[in-house]
Amino acid sequence: MSAPASNGAYDEWLDALGDGEGYALVCPEGHGSLPPRRVCPECGSATLSEERLAGTGTVETYSVVHVAGPQFADDTPYVTAVADFGPVRITGVLRGVEPGSDAVAVGDRVAVGVEERATDGAPLVAFRPAGGE
Amino acid sequence: MTDVRVAGVGLTRFGSHPDRTGRDLFATAALRAFEDAGVPREDVEELNYGNFMGALAEHQGHQAPLMAEAAGVSCPSTRYEEACASAGVAVREAVRTVRAGDADVALAGGMERMTNLPTDEVTEGLAIAADDLFEVRAGVTFPGAYALMATAYFDAYGGEREDLAHVAAKNHANAVPNEYAQYRKEVSVEEALDAPPVAEPLHLYDACPITDGASALVIVSEEYAAEHDVDAPVAVTGTGQGTDRMSLADRQHLARTPAADDAADAAYADAGVGPGDVDVAEVHDCFTIAEVLALESLGFFDPGEGISAARDGVTTADGDLPVNLSGGLKAKGHPVGATGGSQIAELTRLLRGDHPNSERVADAEVGVAHNAGGTVASAVVHVLEVAK
Ligand SMILES: [Zn+2]
Repeated sequence: MSAPASNGAYDEWLDALGDGEGYALVCPEGHGSLPPRRVCPECGSATLSEERLAGTGTVETYSVVHVAGPQFADDTPYVTAVADFGPVRITGVLRGVEPGSDAVAVGDRVAVGVEERATDGAPLVAFRPAGGE
Repeated sequence: MTDVRVAGVGLTRFGSHPDRTGRDLFATAALRAFEDAGVPREDVEELNYGNFMGALAEHQGHQAPLMAEAAGVSCPSTRYEEACASAGVAVREAVRTVRAGDADVALAGGMERMTNLPTDEVTEGLAIAADDLFEVRAGVTFPGAYALMATAYFDAYGGEREDLAHVAAKNHANAVPNEYAQYRKEVSVEEALDAPPVAEPLHLYDACPITDGASALVIVSEEYAAEHDVDAPVAVTGTGQGTDRMSLADRQHLARTPAADDAADAAYADAGVGPGDVDVAEVHDCFTIAEVLALESLGFFDPGEGISAARDGVTTADGDLPVNLSGGLKAKGHPVGATGGSQIAELTRLLRGDHPNSERVADAEVGVAHNAGGTVASAVVHVLEVAK
C-alpha cells in the first residue's frame, strides 16, 4: 500500500491535537467546527478563527465495539466515545479502561490526545480517563 | 401538478443470492414490477435507480445505464447514492419528475449486493456512510454509530435493552408470512437479550442482517393510468427530504434525528395529512433504536416517548399503529440501495390488500414510509394513500 495522501488541514489539526494543542474553528457567532472548513457550517460565515481547546472533555455517549472493519481488526473490543469540549464535540477511542459496558459513564471527564491504532499503527484520536475521578 | 400513482411493484426475495449479479437482481425486480403494473416497458421515460456500495461490492460504477439495459428500458437513467436512503431519494425523484409533467411513466427502485463480500469488508463498506476523517478513523462503525445514539437516548430519556428487544421480536414476527423476507422466523425477547454484542448496547438481534436484493416500482401519472386503464389504486400524495450534519458529534442532539423531522413535516404538508391520520408505517429500522427515533421524528410520539411503543403493543401487528408489517430492515433484510423502494412496495401491497399482512390493516387508507441514510444525516419520507 502506498503512503496515505495528505488531508491538509485535517492532518494539521490531528498533529496539533497530538501535541496537546488541539483547536476548534470558531465563527463570530460562536459556532464551533473542525477543519478543513472555508465557512461555518451553521451560519456560513467565512470568518473563522482557531480557538484552543481544553485538554479534557466530558463524555456524552459511548459504545463498546465488538465487530469492526479490517482497519480495526486487532483493536476490538474497544470503546468509542463522543466527548464535549465546549465549541465542538470530538469522537475517539477511549483507552485505559477495560472495554465493557461499565467502563465509562456519561458525564465522565476524559483527556484527549493522539495514539496509534493497534491494527496498523495509523494515528487515532484517543481519550484517557482524566485524573481526579 | 398531476397526481402520482404506484402502478406496479416488484421485489426479489431478500437474503443471500451468492450466484446472482446485481444486474440480474434488478432485472428480476423490474420484470415483476412491469408484470404487476401491466404497463409496457417501452412507455418508461425515466429510470431513477438507487445503489450505495456497488463500486466496492461488484467493482461496478456507472450502474444506471447497466440497469436500464437489465430492465429492458431505453430512456434517461440516473443512479442515486444517499447511503441507506439511496432508493428513497430515487423514488422521490421519480415522483417529482412525473408531477412536473416531465414523464408519464418512471421506473424507480434500487439494488444492493452485499453477501459476496466478507463480513469485515461489508462492515468497512457500510462505515463509509459516516464521516471518514472524524468518525471512521476514530473507530466508528455503522452499528457503533447507532449504539452511540442508543446510549445517548437511554441517558437522556431512560429505556433499556429490553425495550429494544421488543422491537426486534415484533419485526421478526411480522416477517414470518412475508415471502420476500430474509428471516422468516420468530425471535423471542429473551433470545434477543441473550445474543452476542455487536456494539454495546446493541446486540446481534438489534441489527439488520447483510442482504442482497432489489426493488422496483412503476410510477405513473393519474392521467396515464386513466388513459391506459391501468389499475393503480395507491397514490403517492406526499414526499419530503431532510439533511443534517454528517457527523453524529456535530448534531444538536445525539438522540434525535431532525433530518427525518424535516422530511416528515414536508411530506405531511405535501399530502395535507398529519401523524394522527396515519394507519400503517414502514420505517428505517436498520437497528432497533432507529425504529424508536423514526417513530418520534414521524410525530407518532414525543421525543423520549417512542422507546416503549413495541413493548406496549402500540406498534405491533395488532396494535393501533402497526409498524414494519413487512418485517422491516431488521427481519426482512436491508440491501442498502434497494431498501427505500422496498418499503414503498410493501406499503403499496399493504394498502392494496394483497400483502400477507394486509388483514392486519384492512381499513388502512394512509401509510408512511421513512428511509434514512447513515445515522440520519439524510432522510426521505413518503405518504401513500388509497386513491379516492
Ligand atoms: Zn457560525
